[in-house]
Amino acid sequence: MTTSATSTSSAQSTTESASFVGLETRGAHAWFGKHHALSDVSLKFPNRTVTGLIGPSGCGKSTFIRLLNRMHEFIPGAAMAGEVLHNGSDIYAPSVDAAVVRLKIGMVFQKPNPFPAMSIRENVLAGIKLAHLKKPNHDEIVEACLMRAGLWKEVKDRLDASGGSLSGGQQQRLCIARSLAVEPEVLLMDEPCSALDPGSTLRIEETIKELAAKITVIIVTHNMQQASRVSDFCAFFLTDGGPGYLVEADATRKIFTNPADSRTADYVQGKFG
Amino acid sequence: MTTATTPTPREMTVIYNREDKIFRGIVTGGALTSLVVLGLIGLFLFLRGAQIFNDNGIKFITGANWTVGSEDGIIPDDFSIGAMLMGTIVVSLVAIVVAFPLAIGGALYLEFYAPRAIRKALVTLLDLAASIPSLIFGLWGIEIFTRFGERWAVFLNNWLGWIPIFGVQFENFGRSPFIAGCVLASLVVPITTSVAREVYSRTPRDLVDTCYALGGSKWGAIRAVVIPYGRSGVIGGAMLGLGRALGETVAVYLLLNLVFRYNFRILESEGGNVASLIATKFGDATPYELKALVAAGFVLFLLTLAVNMTATTIVQRSTPRA
Repeated sequence: MTTSATSTSSAQSTTESASFVGLETRGAHAWFGKHHALSDVSLKFPNRTVTGLIGPSGCGKSTFIRLLNRMHEFIPGAAMAGEVLHNGSDIYAPSVDAAVVRLKIGMVFQKPNPFPAMSIRENVLAGIKLAHLKKPNHDEIVEACLMRAGLWKEVKDRLDASGGSLSGGQQQRLCIARSLAVEPEVLLMDEPCSALDPGSTLRIEETIKELAAKITVIIVTHNMQQASRVSDFCAFFLTDGGPGYLVEADATRKIFTNPADSRTADYVQGKFG
Repeated sequence: MTTATTPTPREMTVIYNREDKIFRGIVTGGALTSLVVLGLIGLFLFLRGAQIFNDNGIKFITGANWTVGSEDGIIPDDFSIGAMLMGTIVVSLVAIVVAFPLAIGGALYLEFYAPRAIRKALVTLLDLAASIPSLIFGLWGIEIFTRFGERWAVFLNNWLGWIPIFGVQFENFGRSPFIAGCVLASLVVPITTSVAREVYSRTPRDLVDTCYALGGSKWGAIRAVVIPYGRSGVIGGAMLGLGRALGETVAVYLLLNLVFRYNFRILESEGGNVASLIATKFGDATPYELKALVAAGFVLFLLTLAVNMTATTIVQRSTPRA
């Protein structure tokens, strides 16, 4: 059923695989030791789109998203099969430096996690320091990134305050700004709003929509309304007790109004999960 | 709303049931017992040494002389531990300066770079090393380490001899505070390493992940997150090690010539510390000298207590925000 899901996914752009520009997985599997967590996922994420990954807990969404920027391999015993292609080149190829991959494919985590010992400004610039990027105009970067993350107005007068002094929603926007500073082409977000109040959630969603003008966003969410509000495409994952798999992927409107698979319809209508 | 008054908060009583009462009694008793024992030890030392503090005043902890008077009283008793206190601090500082980088490096290696099998073996080995009696380290120091230590000392003296603490009066590099400090360092490394490793292992996983997600290397993550996050805990670990070094007796007793003179030159063959002074003199001390030794013990007691309390305060005060 996974293969049928892949072939029915008209979420994908019309061009065929070889010349596909953007992020793409082909037959991706993931294991933790002997535990087969994810089976045979083939998906395409066209540039400058927002894709929501939805599905019940334990269906491998987070595993899948961590596969996309090689964060998966930090878990002891983690293994993968298949391919993840970014602009046509395999990010798991032996000659590829994973740190360079992560520079192009950034990530925002579930819990807002600004670096506690750093100021707001230092937090935004942390990635530039970590990756030893040579960028002279730090002040401009700080302003531009905070602006894009929708936080600039609130913090411009206290850039030297600790990142921990902000509210939860502000902290998460600071984390987004931090990810943007290294100019990623893709931003992965693993349930970025699940620890936030509804107001902050809306602010982040606005930010996500604005980001999509320039970069590709892939967001894991348990919130169906959120998926329908922010995403252009949706991919529905499921598990039957075994490894998680992709049921279908399509334009968000189609997933929510007329999905190909009846399980997708049941899930998005809240009948299970 | 005419009679709007703020009500006084109600008392809330806590009722312990039988089970809780018994358990509470046991743990309270246990906690108090150790406090009382500690207090009684301090009190005993103070009372037994009181006469010395009375007779000598501040000179007892500033002077550098240890003379047992003649029985006819022509040569008077003169006891002071200034030089030994100084020696205690110097040897301990050498130990911590040598041990700290080793412990931090070791902890980071174990936590972030060592393959799992090697990590397990090394952690077991470290715990084992922490339980080896210091006498063994002292013997190792005399029989084996001194030969290497002397060469390092010569090297230090050649290149840094112009700095007073690395200068010497006589070119005899054995039995120096430097060598004793290095041997003490090997006693301090296991405990400091295991505390540091424990602290580093508690770095929130998502902060480390964030560094990687920003294109950082392992070293980048260590520098940006792990070290700042673990700073206070690691300082606490170092202070624990320092506490061990301050009270160390046998190894210093074996490795240092007891000389009652203020010695800032760590490569010079003389020194001593309070604990080894007590061990050396205790066996055939005159009754009055015994009191002086107990008084010295009291001072050491206060010193280690102060170091440990400082360590606790530092660790508590700067616990990083989660």
